[in-house]
Amino acid sequence: MQSIVMNKSTRKKQIANLAAWTLAWVLSTALVVFGNEFLWAGSQWLTGLALLLNVLLGIGMILSNRRFVEGSDELEKKIQLESMGLTLGLTLVAGIAYSMMDVTNLIPMDAEISLLVMFMGICYIVATLLNNRRYR
Amino acid sequence: MKNSIRILRAEKNWTQEDLAGAIGVSRQTINAIEKEKFDPSLPTAFRISRLFGKPIEDIFRFEG
Repeated sequence: MQSIVMNKSTRKKQIANLAAWTLAWVLSTALVVFGNEFLWAGSQWLTGLALLLNVLLGIGMILSNRRFVEGSDELEKKIQLESMGLTLGLTLVAGIAYSMMDVTNLIPMDAEISLLVMFMGICYIVATLLNNRRYR
Repeated sequence: MKNSIRILRAEKNWTQEDLAGAIGVSRQTINAIEKEKFDPSLPTAFRISRLFGKPIEDIFRFEG
């Protein structure tokens, strides 16, 4: 039987690459917030530089994610697309509701975007797990 | 869509992993196609057809 295509080591490299970009982006986010507070005591120039690094790493993470999805096979792509679509919809609905709860003072604190990002991450993980199970 | 991939694969004594490697998809994809939970793309259907040396319509049946 002829043997072809899917190179597992390339796939592993793509996953490792995406993990590395994501970790670098998360760490740079922490650098902007904590660096401004503890490392360079409010220097706007350094904060701007850290923010620029954060944005550049974010772009790298997006491109790496694109390569990861392009390297997936057709079922994996379908699972990713369904998970991303569900995450987008849930985040939009929950985000607007959360924001309105803040505006109408239904909640005693300000609506924090970090909570929405956590919600988005959890939705994506759960949706991917459920979709993987569905096609098992 | 119904298909006879599991039978054809068994006749050749191939594992899902063998078939997946031969047509360039994951084992999970072959499993989902065999269980008829997922319809393959046209290029994948053609690769399967070529690999088993049978016309597509002999392997896949549309039941709408």
